[in-house]
Amino acid sequence: MNIHEYQARDLFEKFGVASPRGKMAGTPRDAEIAAQELGTEKIVVKAQIHAGGRGKGTFTNGFKGGVHTATKPEEVRELAAKMIGQTLVTHQTGPAGREVHKVYVVEAAEIAKELYLAILLDRATAAPVVIASTQGGMDIEAVAAQTPERIFREPVHPLLGLQPYQARKLALALGLHGPQSTQAAKLILALYKLFISCDCSLVEINPLVVTKAGDVLALDAKFNFDDNALYRHPEIVALRDFTEEDPREVEASKYCLNYIGLDGNIACLVNGAGLAMATMDIIKHCGGEPANFLDVGGSATKEQVAAAFKIILSDKKVKGILVNIFGGIMRCDIIAEGILAAVQETQLPVPLVVRLEGSNADIGKKIIRDSGLAVISADSLVDGAAKIVAVVKEAAATEAAAAAEAAMAVAVAAAKAATEAAAAAAQAAASLPLKSKGTQPAAL
Amino acid sequence: MAILVTPETRVLIQGITGGFGSRHAQLSLDYGTKIVAGVTPGKGGQIFERVVPIFDTVAQAAKETGATVSAIFVPPPFAADSILEAVDAGLDLVICITEGIPVADMVRVKAAMRGSKTRLIGPNCPGIVCPGEGKDSHGGCRIGIAPGYINHKGHVGVVSRSGTLTYEAVWQLTTRGLGQSTTVGIGGDPVNGTSHLDVIKMFNDDPETEAIIMIGEIGGTAEEEAAAWIKENCKKPVAGFIAGATAPAGRRMGHAGAIVSGGKGTAAAKIAAFRDAGIAVAETPSVMADTLIRHIKELGK
Ligand SMILES: Nc1ncnc2c1ncn2[C@@H]1O[C@H](COP(=O)(O)OP(=O)(O)OP(=O)(O)O)[C@@H](O)[C@H]1O
Ligand SMILES: [Mg+2]
Repeated sequence: MNIHEYQARDLFEKFGVASPRGKMAGTPRDAEIAAQELGTEKIVVKAQIHAGGRGKGTFTNGFKGGVHTATKPEEVRELAAKMIGQTLVTHQTGPAGREVHKVYVVEAAEIAKELYLAILLDRATAAPVVIASTQGGMDIEAVAAQTPERIFREPVHPLLGLQPYQARKLALALGLHGPQSTQAAKLILALYKLFISCDCSLVEINPLVVTKAGDVLALDAKFNFDDNALYRHPEIVALRDFTEEDPREVEASKYCLNYIGLDGNIACLVNGAGLAMATMDIIKHCGGEPANFLDVGGSATKEQVAAAFKIILSDKKVKGILVNIFGGIMRCDIIAEGILAAVQETQLPVPLVVRLEGSNADIGKKIIRDSGLAVISADSLVDGAAKIVAVVKEAAATEAAAAAEAAMAVAVAAAKAATEAAAAAAQAAASLPLKSKGTQPAAL
Repeated sequence: MAILVTPETRVLIQGITGGFGSRHAQLSLDYGTKIVAGVTPGKGGQIFERVVPIFDTVAQAAKETGATVSAIFVPPPFAADSILEAVDAGLDLVICITEGIPVADMVRVKAAMRGSKTRLIGPNCPGIVCPGEGKDSHGGCRIGIAPGYINHKGHVGVVSRSGTLTYEAVWQLTTRGLGQSTTVGIGGDPVNGTSHLDVIKMFNDDPETEAIIMIGEIGGTAEEEAAAWIKENCKKPVAGFIAGATAPAGRRMGHAGAIVSGGKGTAAAKIAAFRDAGIAVAETPSVMADTLIRHIKELGK
């Protein structure tokens, strides 16, 4: 789960991570009021979306940049008006961009130096690691690739936690001395506490800045929370912004289904994440494009399978469905019943290929066979993928042929109409003794 | 000898009275596995399905029944505690089936386990199968949630992060007449007890294992590490498959550990590492067994 920058700022405050004061606003008017209340000379207005690269992004209305500086509250209002309700496209949002519903109005810092600080879980060592770099404000992946020596990593013992000496080491690595080093160490320790207390999988501050007055402040925050741990953080779950998520994914999560929407036209419904990924891969391998990832999990109920079908079909791009079940925990008869329930409810507007293997596969296959439904059965994964790709292509070809036929019919009709009109005209002309002899129809 | 377990292994089940645990305890009993004890705090003294005694603690269960291996089916909030209890009881092997354990819990458990004699497999895994000699591999050791009948006793070792993909591989092997020595599901979480490499080393040392199928997926670098070791050390033919070539970056694909982040953990990188290590890569999950068979022929083994 992700949160917005303004929500992250609240967590910073709670844990004592120094950052400038700010206020969230949902309307230009509120943004203006927020600026008045902050009462500082310079103010930054920042579009709030769950994606990075806002500063360098562009709104679809042509307005450049999701991060702007202003000096007057009216100016803040104008900037907010250009952002709220508009769609911001950044290198992380994809071409569709994200609609901005809120802006963050925040005190501007007088920046002397931009640094980078992050804490994340290092899978290889199964321990948290703090990452610091003097190359803040830039694309950290580029820094890591081009000048890896500029990235400093401090591994943390999972049972001891980050020690003060490690925080001082990190401050030094950030090139900080004296009171700044003390401030930075304090901020790093507070950030670590936040990371652990909230079950984060990533906290990233880019930029962490040193101000001209010599203070160390977090100017931006990116958070990732471990979804598995959300059950023990209701206060974080409350921060979830559903408007930032794909509505199909939100719907799927209500049924404990793992759904991720993609751009293709062949949907799949699979049990098990690994097999679901492999099913997407094999659809592509067979010349199709997967429309989604969907793992119905190890113990899906009939209701979940029915819900999964509805979610799949709510994607209008979908032209065919491949169900691929290898029953371990999942029993194939349950899947079969879910398919029947879903088909009855949705009328199944697209072709469906089903491949069942594993626990109770025979019963499942029989349920589908006895239903009399137009379901294509497959014997293996590659067989299923090949069949659905073929059927969808055929349907597209038929559709194209039908469209061509329709176009032809229109053309013929048009030609006929034209002929008739010409004939009528010729007749009319013929009836006018002084005009031409009516050769026009023959010329057509 | 297979790896990790044998048909004689005595197994206890933590969470045997839950819906999930009881169903799979029963399936393991039906398979002929020696499920000798169950553990559910507060239910000590009861008997599961008239055959398996239930204890309040793992230590009691192990002492009374001689169980050396545990399978954990408890819900995520209590799973870390269950693992630590099994470690404290001195079991040889703990197989955690539970999906959805907070990663921070696993980080602490892993750190706490350092230096202990207990090996952890999982979490979020399908478990282990060592096929038996009977019909449909009956009489083997099935710990976890894999279907029993797909297995067949033989000489291919299978290791995988994904449950259902493992079943695919095993079923392909079985239907082509190739049996398995042991099948190990190491689980789809980012922090797990046993890695691909750990299992590969065991297969390499196991006289009963003659060839290996290694199945991986996007996320992390465990497959690359295993491949690097195989390149230098592995004496046996290995075929592999990596799932997730079409997965979008930055999205978690069902498994908590299946994510490409910061350009790391891509299918392409893993496949390249496999190829570089001389591992035969299956183009699709439908040809995992065929790829291994062809590879063995090519090597003339
Ligand atoms: N409160 C502030 N005071 C002064 N300058 C700021 C402030 N907030 C942001 N900036 C400047 O704007 C730049 C971009 O801001 P920020 O890092 O928040 O957005 P971004 O990097 O474009 O988006 P993202 O971090 O989401 O990729 C910063 O590097 C910094 O130079
Ligand atoms: Mg930034």
